[in-house]
Amino acid sequence: MSAEESTDVLVVGSGFGGAITAYHLAAGGARVVVLERGPWLEGKDFEHDFLLGSSYTRVFDFVAGDGMSVLSGNCVGGGSVVYFAALPRAPRFVFERHGSIGRRMWPAALSRDSLDPWYDRVAEAIPVRKQDWSDVTYAGGLWAAACHHAGRTANPVPSGVDNSLCTNCNWMMAGCRFDAKQSLLLNYLPGAVAHGAEVRPLHEVQRIERTDDGGYRVHYDHVDGVDYRVHTGSGTITAKIVVLAAGAGATPVILQRSEEGLGALPHAVGRYFSGNGERLNTAVVNEDRVREVLGLDRGDGRAYLANQIGKGPVVASWDRLDAALPEYERFSLEQLYFPPGLGTILAQAAGPAGSPSWFGVAKKEMLRRWQSWLTVFEMVEDDNEGVFGPPPPTGNAYRISQQMLGRGTLSYQPTANTKRAWALADAEVKDILERDGLATVTPWTNDVVGAYTVHPLSSCRMGDDPATSALDDRHELRGHPGIFVTDGSAVPGALTVNPAMTIAALAERAVPGIVEAARARGVQVTYGAPLPGSGTTGPMVRSAP
Amino acid sequence: MRSGDSDDRRSRTATLESFADTIVPGEKRTPDDRAIAGAATGGGAVAAGAVELLEQPAPGLAAGLDHYAAGLNAHAEAYAAEHGVDLETGLPAFVALPFEHRTALVARLTAPGHPEKDGWVLLALFCTMAFDTAPHMRTADALAAGHPGLATMGFAPPQADGLWRFGEFSYGRQLADLHPATTPSGSPA
Repeated sequence: MSAEESTDVLVVGSGFGGAITAYHLAAGGARVVVLERGPWLEGKDFEHDFLLGSSYTRVFDFVAGDGMSVLSGNCVGGGSVVYFAALPRAPRFVFERHGSIGRRMWPAALSRDSLDPWYDRVAEAIPVRKQDWSDVTYAGGLWAAACHHAGRTANPVPSGVDNSLCTNCNWMMAGCRFDAKQSLLLNYLPGAVAHGAEVRPLHEVQRIERTDDGGYRVHYDHVDGVDYRVHTGSGTITAKIVVLAAGAGATPVILQRSEEGLGALPHAVGRYFSGNGERLNTAVVNEDRVREVLGLDRGDGRAYLANQIGKGPVVASWDRLDAALPEYERFSLEQLYFPPGLGTILAQAAGPAGSPSWFGVAKKEMLRRWQSWLTVFEMVEDDNEGVFGPPPPTGNAYRISQQMLGRGTLSYQPTANTKRAWALADAEVKDILERDGLATVTPWTNDVVGAYTVHPLSSCRMGDDPATSALDDRHELRGHPGIFVTDGSAVPGALTVNPAMTIAALAERAVPGIVEAARARGVQVTYGAPLPGSGTTGPMVRSAP
Repeated sequence: MRSGDSDDRRSRTATLESFADTIVPGEKRTPDDRAIAGAATGGGAVAAGAVELLEQPAPGLAAGLDHYAAGLNAHAEAYAAEHGVDLETGLPAFVALPFEHRTALVARLTAPGHPEKDGWVLLALFCTMAFDTAPHMRTADALAAGHPGLATMGFAPPQADGLWRFGEFSYGRQLADLHPATTPSGSPA
């Protein structure tokens, strides 16, 4: 009988929370193993193809819940591979939010000022670039011009895209073929691998149990590379430290399933889930009015007709990110692109009253004008009203399709605060885009798969109050020393902007505490490695699957 | 026996086609087409390959298609009785249901609170995807073949190497004032 495998640090998930911690711990000398449930794809593996089984469906997860569906990464690099690389910092007022608990949600140790040095590190490592108006796509330009026409401001959004490599193909949700999007595959992960971290794709962690020596045993399944419903084996690894970063849709589910082997969990595990207050609107623009009212012309006779062209979101309106406004009245409005399918199914046609809006005759007519669509993404303050039910037997969902689609246990019934915030944001979008006949705007329906978020947060959140937070301000799971949670589930609440930058900064900030805990458990590790970059990383070498 | 099996299969296909045609309507293939109601011009979800997609293993619905078709027809019979609609005999009940009634029934089956909502939404999602993304084909091949959904939406074709690149992408000028509280790094304050 062979000895059970052991490591110093076991990292669950390879998105921002996993890759950043894995890099620093490996660079500091710890033995690090990263288990990632999805496949390991890079560069040329990323296809421009909607075919089921192409990279587009291999790297994504769409989990439908009761009142909320969650879209997230399912691959080495996690959300960074499938996201749009919009990397703004969260506005100052966000850290002062009270949300549903009537007092400050964030730990006292955290504020915009205290997080800014960590934001700076991430900005250097990714790197994050300011965007110029010459980088702004037609869709972003249209949104900016409409905002200006309505007396609003609009900003190019800081981004992790290297515009010198970008082809504006808008396939970035399937992974960037051209390495223009600076995902974790190009910085922290190759850095971690160069320092000896082992990244194992298609290893889905199911549960964690405590060992007699105060460490942890992590149980995983091998997932088939084509049919994710099929598990081909299983194994265990023991570790002195566990970093949970499976994503806010999965981390709490792993913990729920682990309760028997870990003992009682904090009440906030699997509660206080936030969809980052997200909601989408689709505008179908009147091409003539865009030319006449906004003076836009592509130079070839077309005013817009450019929904397909670009690199996701590039321009946002931040007028309502005003600290003087009451909570639940602050939001950002960001131009966005979703590919057909994910971006079309829930869009509602402005048909006659009583007729179906998301399918049928009127919807088909709306689809005929797809190149004239402009999608606007609202990020409001929600009420952390999501709760996870009992965990499914494996993973974080009952998988339906071979890839991508599953049914999860999340229940999200929006409160009056959240509904009102969405209504305010809807009205603002309508006011901007329907002005002078520029467009017809409708919100996406919440009646089909519930609300829809690409930024799940807060399901295992940090805070100072043990009753309403699962983690202390060092990201350690209350009552379970040596387990740290560093993904979006640690973020206390909705951020009113894209959260990747904040998740990454929090992960950077968590590392010194994890190093300290590891050292206390006898791991030979130091903190202080330079950020990953051309001087510290070599070419990425895939570990054996 | 064989003939009975193929009759069942034809009935199942026609029923699923009628459902797909309710989601994204299209024009009739022949004047006597019954599954497709002809409620819209151009190809709809059926011509886009919805049934072919549903029958593939990847979506995960293939094993349940008999059940889906039977369920649709049972609901159609109940609906027809409730609304006093006479259904033509010799056709699956859902196929025999006039288009506006198919639409009303699908709206009911997919509405919040219906006990079977999840299943019908799932079927509708794949019918929509067949039209919007042709996920049963290589996208470049689908475009080259004139896939009705991608063509209707005006989805631009790739370059010769099968990849998409747009050399012209920007109006190239400042189109709004920046928020006054923008930080030097370009973030909100």
